[in-house]
Amino acid sequence: MDIKPLPEKLLLHGGTILDPKAQRSFTGDVLIIDGKIAEIGSVGSNTDSTKIDCSGLIITAGFCDLHVHFREPGREDKETLASGSRAALAGGFTRVCVMPNTSPPIDTPEMVGNIIDKAADLPVHIHPIGAVTQQQKGFELTEMGGLLETGAVAFSDDGLPISNGSVMRMALEYAGMFDVPVINHAEDLTLRNDGLMNEGRVSTQLGLPGNPALSEITMVHRDLELAVLTGSKLHVPHVSTAGAADLIRRLKAKSQNITAEVTPHHLFFNDEALKSFDTNLKVAPPLRSETDRQGLIQAVLDGVFDCIATDHAPHTIEEKEGTFDLAPFGMIGLESCFGAVNRVLVREAGLSLEKLVQLLTVQPRRIMGFDDDLLQVGKKAELTIFDPDLKYTFQVSDIHSKSANSPYVGHQLIGKARITINKGIIAKNH
Amino acid sequence: MLQNRHLLGLENYPREDIQTILDTAFSFREVLDRPVKKVPALQGKTVVNLFFENSTRTRISFELAQKRLSADTVNFAASSSSLKKGESFKDTAQNIEAMKIDAVVMRHPTPGAPWHLTKFVDAIIINAGDGTHEHPTQAILDMMSLQEKFGRIEGLKIGIIGDIRHGRVALSNIYGLITMGAEVTLCGPANLIPPFITDLGVTVNHNIDEVLEWADAINILRIQRERMGIGLIPSIREYRRLFGITTERLAQHKKEIVIMHPGPMNRGVEIDSSVADSDQAIILDQVLNGVASRMSILYLLLGGKIEQPK
Repeated sequence: MDIKPLPEKLLLHGGTILDPKAQRSFTGDVLIIDGKIAEIGSVGSNTDSTKIDCSGLIITAGFCDLHVHFREPGREDKETLASGSRAALAGGFTRVCVMPNTSPPIDTPEMVGNIIDKAADLPVHIHPIGAVTQQQKGFELTEMGGLLETGAVAFSDDGLPISNGSVMRMALEYAGMFDVPVINHAEDLTLRNDGLMNEGRVSTQLGLPGNPALSEITMVHRDLELAVLTGSKLHVPHVSTAGAADLIRRLKAKSQNITAEVTPHHLFFNDEALKSFDTNLKVAPPLRSETDRQGLIQAVLDGVFDCIATDHAPHTIEEKEGTFDLAPFGMIGLESCFGAVNRVLVREAGLSLEKLVQLLTVQPRRIMGFDDDLLQVGKKAELTIFDPDLKYTFQVSDIHSKSANSPYVGHQLIGKARITINKGIIAKNH
Repeated sequence: MLQNRHLLGLENYPREDIQTILDTAFSFREVLDRPVKKVPALQGKTVVNLFFENSTRTRISFELAQKRLSADTVNFAASSSSLKKGESFKDTAQNIEAMKIDAVVMRHPTPGAPWHLTKFVDAIIINAGDGTHEHPTQAILDMMSLQEKFGRIEGLKIGIIGDIRHGRVALSNIYGLITMGAEVTLCGPANLIPPFITDLGVTVNHNIDEVLEWADAINILRIQRERMGIGLIPSIREYRRLFGITTERLAQHKKEIVIMHPGPMNRGVEIDSSVADSDQAIILDQVLNGVASRMSILYLLLGGKIEQPK
């Protein structure tokens, strides 16, 4: 991947412009001058600008991922804000929200400020999510007001559930004052027990301790009812079970403030894949049964999910080379995201490409209150240009993260970001 | 020759290969009855017994099988706790491989560890038990003992009694017995039967007397004392009341069923001493057949006799 400063005048010529906000697409050009969109439509090629032929490609708003782990500070051997930004650009993402389960966690205004400062000059917009509780211990609320003032956009103890129902209620009540979402990693640890994978026929066949679907369903149910009770914004991350998706479908009818995300990997893989004992498939919540996977796909088609989020979770090769019990939970996902969800949702399940792009652009931006109307003259160029038809085998060379714990390596994906334009730079995938 | 290079588990293992292993095991069983119990079949081959978990009988059985076949044998007892301290599984495996060995017999506490090992070494791998997953050589020796006793496996009714969830013996037995055409019923406390186990083609019955009435043979699994006190088994008294194979309980049934136990036994817990020592029990035959079965597996996987260098 090449990352270069944007030329003074850049013409994206002859692409399909897909405006997810206006919900329309048309063939045309985009002229970018000094990093801002100067013209959209039929610009023609008779200008003195640098020209990129975009025929066969789709020009749209930059992808936005509400759920990544960039490991800084503390585990810079796995990922840094800088290396994570490269992975994001390679996947077509211009804007990400980083989870606070770093070491130490992002639980003070000073820590938030530190992330903001470090990310300022990086080519991707990085928004910290602040911890819900101090040291993510699940008891004392953080200084949420201060965290928001210094740049946090939401709250989560992700990686760890807020097990105590009263604490979760207080978090929703308190965050509700600021009208920002609380994101709870919903797994009942007492039901999960020592589970390493989805509890089902496959876990029994493999002799691996199972994590029942119920561990997610019960806690998602609690959180949804608390959201209805408090009226506060709740965002449900990485939904893995059809049961939780059904509850979200039902409870959304009672509150406008409930949103939910689904990951590419829960849509792409099922627990049968674990028969390889590939530790890159060890993830929390776990890859579920085919019935769950189909349930999640149907929920996407029904509009239950508001966005796709990768839960990009880098871990070192050394850690993932261990035996299945010792390997940490998590997989990277930024680079493989579009090719995976485009294949599963658009090619296999019949979702329209326009809807998929909304799940990656305007819809996540609305959850966090980011500007979602990017294809407008005068706006700073924050664009993704992708090839929706490219079929390829995902390879280690597609990975730009500092870690390589991707189970997609060797799998066929369809669709790939070609060019990402953001913050005055242009990144080109090979 | 067998279709798979390794013996990792019996899930989806070909029926004809199980039969080949059993047939070969019976011919080695004859060797074990000779005054001189050693054959030169694996002369020049080196086998490492890599045990990340304590085991006495399985390791001795393998070692004896290797010695009877004239293979060179090395024992490596690594505690899994040393791995947790930082020594990587990969390093241990590759170090051993670097010493030019032909096969690794591995016992490991983690399900899937032998599959993991295949990624790091080229040697032939035999699973000697991976956590709560599989223990294929135990299932082979159990099937050999059934075949010896009944002359067939197809159509036999086999009860597996006890803690199915935390044992590796049950799963490999289920895979092997179903493949060979036997019927399997599991019997034990409901919380020690894994969920979805009936998807594997077995039935579950928590009434031990009904299972004893039905079965041709029962395989009694050890109740590990460490399962007590963490909510899994209320007490030994309760366990014996519901599932213990006692003399009195067996006496109620007219049919004399065959009693098996993979060992080590807790006499007085899951099995009465008098039952273990009765003529119904083939527990010591299982032990001898274990050596013959492992000889057969080693012989078939390691390619039998090698040519002397010219």
